[in-house]
Amino acid sequence: MPHPLRGAAAITGLGMTPMGRIYGKTTAELAADAVRIAIADSGLAKNEIDGLLINAGITGTTGGGLTLGLQNYLGLENLRLMNHMNAAGSTAAQMVQYATMAIAAGMANNVVCVFADAPLKENTSAGAAYGAAARNPSRPKGMPGLYAAAGYFGANTPYALAARRHMALYGTTQDHLGQIAVSQRAWAVMSPLAQMREPMTIADYHASRWIIEPLHLLDCCLVSNGAVAVIVSSPDRAKSLAQPPVYIHGMGQGHPGDHGRVGSDWETETGGKIAARTAFAMAGCTVDEIDVCELYDCYTYTVLVTLEDYGFCKKGEGGPFVSDGKLGPGGALPTNTGGGELSGYYMWGMTPLSEAIIQTRGAGGDRQVAKHDRVLCTGNGGSLSYHAALILSPHAD
Amino acid sequence: MTQNPTVPKPLPEADEASRPFFDGAMEGRLMLMKCSQCDAFRFPSRNHCDDCLSPDFDWVAASGRGVVRTFGVMHQKYHPGFELPYNVTIVELEEGPRLPTNLVGIANSDIRVGLKVTVDWERHEDVSLPKFRPA
Repeated sequence: MPHPLRGAAAITGLGMTPMGRIYGKTTAELAADAVRIAIADSGLAKNEIDGLLINAGITGTTGGGLTLGLQNYLGLENLRLMNHMNAAGSTAAQMVQYATMAIAAGMANNVVCVFADAPLKENTSAGAAYGAAARNPSRPKGMPGLYAAAGYFGANTPYALAARRHMALYGTTQDHLGQIAVSQRAWAVMSPLAQMREPMTIADYHASRWIIEPLHLLDCCLVSNGAVAVIVSSPDRAKSLAQPPVYIHGMGQGHPGDHGRVGSDWETETGGKIAARTAFAMAGCTVDEIDVCELYDCYTYTVLVTLEDYGFCKKGEGGPFVSDGKLGPGGALPTNTGGGELSGYYMWGMTPLSEAIIQTRGAGGDRQVAKHDRVLCTGNGGSLSYHAALILSPHAD
Repeated sequence: MTQNPTVPKPLPEADEASRPFFDGAMEGRLMLMKCSQCDAFRFPSRNHCDDCLSPDFDWVAASGRGVVRTFGVMHQKYHPGFELPYNVTIVELEEGPRLPTNLVGIANSDIRVGLKVTVDWERHEDVSLPKFRPA
């Protein structure tokens, strides 16, 4: 008997604002733009929206950030479901999961899930947008202050440390990481939505400056301003709307937690392992039946370790697995087909989710993958701390 | 890049929960919290054991020996007190906890995962920080 949540909801709307170095709008205004575009995309009437889930990004909810006030800004009067959610980069997939469960439980019919962020300011670097904590002039308190004292700053540090350990344990090389960046750029070249559309070679990768060894600049994601909204609807409503329904076949989460814990192997084994089991069991499929991957790629290494944790290859074999370019256009496992967060746009978990919706619909234009019966979408947040997965399909069953 | 000599590196200071760690450091002892119920070590300081949730613990002196669990070499200017490039190293202590630190007495290009190291105190006026050097 199929899992009761398999196909219990479908994604019916997708709204994306311009992304990147776009200025002059607050996150609430960006979010409202994305919601307006998503409602129009879906063909729903505004008053059919009865759920609103919000993820505010690093800009947050304070100082003109994205608050529950978005409801009033949009004039949504019929909400039966509403919340602010944050599990970092896993939030987007999680919002779709909670929306699906609410729809299956009869608590809502059409749930808007929206992310907006505007960390970039004019005339400042992308790094400055995410490195603010390092410039705190007061003395750090207690033993956690040993991190700052060691110069352990930003998200770049833990991901570099994780990648280094994988390299030491399994012989993963800089070329392996670079191949992921190169494959994804080849997709971005074909995507009108991508911020980085100049072709890239492995030589370009090696020539890019170090951020923190073993991560080059081109191992690291972009930073973008913008917003994405998706609408999750009941399967009945989805059938008669404007877009081909994107059915949710599988969902899972995995949160291994504190990476300082004694005995933790957080660097090389992520919550993806747990999420994968739940999601594949719900979808009733195996990893071999996934046609397209949209994997959270804050760093090249995140893609590599996620592929291993889902069982596309054995633990430790991610490097050789990606080295033949199979993730790129024409490859055996099309992955991050919009360029991902490395070359496309950085909207946290909305980056893989938006491209997964586009591919599942068959609306990818030049970059559309021919076989897209099952599309895996993952979200990852913290320092490989939080993980969520969706398996999407154009087929109701 | 040039270092800005007027800006010091961030120097942590004790809070109530971690005072025995910082007091021990001034005397050259690497103090860790150890659960009285299940003997698990923990880092950083917290009010309960993250294995068994017992609130009972003792401060005990660690050996100061460990291995490099992983490391990176930082080239990005986050804080003006750091001269680039510098290593950011996680040392896994014999007792289990993992400390964020920097290796001294070794070139960044010679650092390897698994390298055996021993604590080497970096002394400041009112705080002493556990750095590590090859054993």
